[in-house]
Order: sequence, then C-alpha cells, then structure tokens
Amino acid sequence: MSSRREWLVILKRAVRTPRGAIGLTVAGLVVLLAIVGPWLAPHNPTLTVTETFGTPGGGNGLLGGDVLGRDVFSRVLAGGRTLLGMAAAATVLGVGLGVMLGVTAAYLGKWRDGLIMRVVDVFLAFPQIVFALLLVSVAGSHAWLVILAVGISHAPQVARVVRAAALDVCERDFVKAVELYDTPSFRVMAGEVLPNILSVVMVELGLRFTYSILIIAGMAFLGFGVTPPAPNWGLMINENRIGLVVNPWAVIVPAGLIAVLTVGLNTFTDAVARASLGVDRPAEEAALITPVQLGLE
Amino acid sequence: MSTATELQAGGNAPWWLSRARSGNHPIARLIAVRLALGVVTLFAVTIVIFLATQALPGNAAYAVLGHSATPQRLAALEAQLHLNRSLVSQYGSWIGGVLHGNFGTSLANGEKVSTLIGPRIVNSAALVIAAGVIGTLVAGILGLIAAARRDTWFDHITSVVLLTITALPEFVVAIALIILFSVVVLHLLPATSTIPPGSHPWNNIEALILPVATLAIVITPYIFRMVRGAMIEALESDYVEMAKLKGLKRWRVMLVHALPNSLPPIIQVVGLNLLYLAGGIVVVEYVFNYPGIGAALVDAVDNRDIPMIQFIVLILAAFYVLVNIVTDVIALMATPRRRVAR
Repeated sequence: MSSRREWLVILKRAVRTPRGAIGLTVAGLVVLLAIVGPWLAPHNPTLTVTETFGTPGGGNGLLGGDVLGRDVFSRVLAGGRTLLGMAAAATVLGVGLGVMLGVTAAYLGKWRDGLIMRVVDVFLAFPQIVFALLLVSVAGSHAWLVILAVGISHAPQVARVVRAAALDVCERDFVKAVELYDTPSFRVMAGEVLPNILSVVMVELGLRFTYSILIIAGMAFLGFGVTPPAPNWGLMINENRIGLVVNPWAVIVPAGLIAVLTVGLNTFTDAVARASLGVDRPAEEAALITPVQLGLE
Repeated sequence: MSTATELQAGGNAPWWLSRARSGNHPIARLIAVRLALGVVTLFAVTIVIFLATQALPGNAAYAVLGHSATPQRLAALEAQLHLNRSLVSQYGSWIGGVLHGNFGTSLANGEKVSTLIGPRIVNSAALVIAAGVIGTLVAGILGLIAAARRDTWFDHITSVVLLTITALPEFVVAIALIILFSVVVLHLLPATSTIPPGSHPWNNIEALILPVATLAIVITPYIFRMVRGAMIEALESDYVEMAKLKGLKRWRVMLVHALPNSLPPIIQVVGLNLLYLAGGIVVVEYVFNYPGIGAALVDAVDNRDIPMIQFIVLILAAFYVLVNIVTDVIALMATPRRRVAR
C-alpha cells in the first residue's frame, strides 16, 4: 500500500487497454449527448409538431414523430439528462451508504458487524426493482423517491463487497499502529481503511452506476419516477411501442442509447476491475469482489 | 456418482447414513441453522414491507382513493386497512392474517388476494423455471466449449458477445426480440403473451417463447463466465493433467473429472441468477403482458392496491430466502471436503 493514488494508476491502466478505451469512449459519447442534448433539440420536445408516428424524413424530422406527434429527435436529445442525473445520484447515495456500512462492520467487528450484516441480509431479500416499486407504491411516484429506493437497494450489495475488502485492510500493521495512539475509530476508518480500499470502491461505483441506469430506466419504462410529458428514454420506449410498425425509430433509438450506454459502462468497469486485479490483490480474493470479475483468466 | 465415492474415500460414511446415525451432521445442522435464519429474515422483511406500505408518509387510504375521496369513503377504507389504529396494532393484524394464510382482499375488486394471485404464481414459476433451465444449459454448454477451446476464436467471440449482453436491460432485450420476431422484421411470434384464464402456460408455448428467451438471454452471460472460469481453473489442475496422461478421452476428462470439481461456484451463480429472475420477471411480464405476479405487482402499484403489493413482495422475498438456502445446501453437498464436521 505504498501509493495513495493507487486508484488513479488503475484507472490509467484501464483506459490504456482496448476494452477500457472502447467502453469509456462509447459510454462517454452517450453521456455527452445526454448532457448537451437538451440545448440542441430543434423542437420543443413536449409539443406536437408532426403527425402521430410520422415516418422519418420530410416534414417529420430526422427520426419521425411519436405517439402524440412530438419530434422524436428532440425528445431523444432531451430525454437522457434526467435519467443520467437520477442514476448518478442513486449511485453516489448507494455506494456512499454501502461503504459506510461495510467499513464500519469490518472495523468495529463483533456484534456490530453481526447486526449490520443481518440488516443487510434483510434488504438483500428484495429484488432491486421490487424494492423501488414498494417504496413508490404508497408514497407516490416521485423522482427523489426512486433515487432513494435505488440507492438504498444498492447499499447491501456494496456493503458486502466493501466489508470483505476492508476486513483484510483492518488486519494490517499500519492500522494496528495507528490504533496504538488511541485514534478515534472514525478517523482510523476514514483515514486508514478507506484510502486502501478505493480501488474496490471505484469498481463498485462503475458497477452500481450501470445497475442504476438499468433500474431507473426500467422504472421509467414502467412509468414511475417520470413526469410526462417531459421526455425520458425509458418512458419513450414504452409509450411508442404501440407504433412499432409505423415508426420503429421512436423505440429503437432510445432503447439503443440506453443499451450502448450500459454496455459501454460495463465494459469500462470490467477493464477497471481487471486492471485493479494486477495491482494489489491475489486473483482468487479479487474474484470475490464482483460478478463482473468472475471468469477471469 | 463421483460425489458419493469421494466421500467414502475421505473416510466418512455417506451423508445420508451419518445424518440418520448422529443427527448432528453438518448438512442437517446447516439446513436447520439456515432455515431458522431464513424465518428471522422473512420476519424482518414483513416489517420492511409493512413500514413501506402503511407507515411511510402519505396516507395510504388517500393514496388509494385519490383527490375525489369523500370523508366517508376515506374513513371506511381507513377502517378496512386498519389505518385508524396504532402502527403496532396494524402490523399485528396484518401479520396475524399472513400467519393464518389470510393475505387480505384486493382493494381493486374486493376478491381475496390469494385467489387472484394463485394462478399467476404458477405462470411466473413456469417462466422462471423455463428461463433458468434454458439459460443454465446454454451457458453451461457454451462455457464448457469455451474453456476446452480456450483462447480460440470461439472463446473470444462468445466472451465478448456475452460481456455485451450482460449489461443490457431486460426491456431492451425484450423490445429487440419483439422487433425481430413479432412486429417489424419477422411475424412469427405473438408480441403479447395472453394466457386464457384457467389455461396453463405449458399449453400456450407460443406465448412463453419470447418472455422465456428474454430472461434466458439476460442470465446466460453470468453463468457462462462462471462455468468458463471454474472449468479453466479445474483444467489447469494436477488431477486433470493426470487424467489426460492416462489417456482418457477428452470429454471424459471434462465431464467426469473437471466438471464435478467446478460445480460449487457454478451452483452459487445459478442460484444468484434465479434470484435475479425474481426481479427480472417484473419488467418482462409487463412488456409481454404476461399474466404473472410481476405484471400484477406493476398493476397493484399503479392502483395502490396495498394488500396485493404486500402479498406479492412477500412472495418474492420468500422465494429469495428459499433459493438462498437451497443453493447453499446443494453447493455444500457438491463440496465433499466441506461436508465433514469441523
């Protein structure tokens, strides 16, 4: 554990692999499109400007019209930002919560470890999208509630992974040495344990971001956490699939963008996970970290 | 089978004999401990479900009736849901009902939740089992071939293609299949999976194909990676080298010597993917309008049908707990050295 910038080294190494470079480029392009898209939209994405499911070309715009005759191209440009923002918020919340739980359980140990991990087990019993549906069922289909639900449902899985990695660090001599000075637990956890599991946290961030997009887009597809008529890729797929025969582009393009984004992110995360394997931990230990890393050479 | 012989070679009686003799066999003990923990987990799960549906800010009765609610109807519904009582008492009457097999009546049509959901559980189970079996078989075969032909074009192409599929959302896979096979490109299969009431999914194979294919495609990559990884590790071992040197046939080395030793992690990942399917059915059933509990959950959330939501989420959580226990036990039985009491 010589370098505290270990995660940066891993990141650089990952970007230099073909897998990492392709994944990052592809995902980066979609993220860029989602961020700047709303400013580039030629039409107001919520107004009817063409005929219902108008076919592309002519007066119907690049990608034709949607179920209400709105410009699909404009809605595609404008429909990614909220999705990405929500996914990012849920990821930060979930990984943050999971890291806190995991490090605390590993460092404090004994009954507190047992208690935290039993609570974690309870929340693991809910499939993530089911937990999200449960939370919005009565309290209402608010975006912040979807973020909260997805974040909370990430935490148990992150906590398990982080705990496993932190347990190993907690046994190291430098942690024992700091403890001799009566350093408060919190400072040992934040100052000694956390910096040494950053590469694990980094892989978790990538993985959970991918899953956040999958779940939040899925919720949007089901009509939760969205505010129609505002455009949203997930919602667009659902509202336009009745017109698949007439204008399939209204479905194919948003679905394709979500797919390219999640596949790109996952490929990049895979590269990061592979790069982190070579740096600081034996392969069989790292193989426990995430499903993404399973089946490595 | 090799598992039994290896056990005897290890100096222990087969587990089914020793369990009868001692009653304190590790597997019997493990099952007992896991079942007890499972019951405790499920109990905690009911608390979470209850808190989310009946204690979260936002009056459930108001949420059900909407803005048009009259005070009389609100009061009547609050009484039906026991919202006018204390939280502890509300939970008590719900859990009391659950323990007696009474899961309440649907707010949408006043019928018993268990009557409404019963046939749908069968439909969803058919979906999950079919997808689980097909996904595992396809992934297993591809994984075995990829491991045997490591670093060939077959290995590289399957690995990259499946890595790509790993990250695809179920609804994107579903929509792609619909575009390919039922609406735009070909017109072979129905885009919606209607199963007439009273009929069973296995009598409506056509309706099953696309939803099952979607779920099988989504779980295949994980199982493939595990099979390939575990097999590669086993194939590099000394005992496989020995078997090869003895001149055994290639398939025999793979299936009889390497595969049994790779089983525990493969069983774990198959279990994980069955658990994944419990969430996966929600979106996939909705897309295909398939009459299972996943689609019912989406409907129930739309209608704020609280007893229905509570029941379905409880079933899915119970499925999780059960699959976890079964997976652990099977994986343990496939690991002879861990079967011995320590």
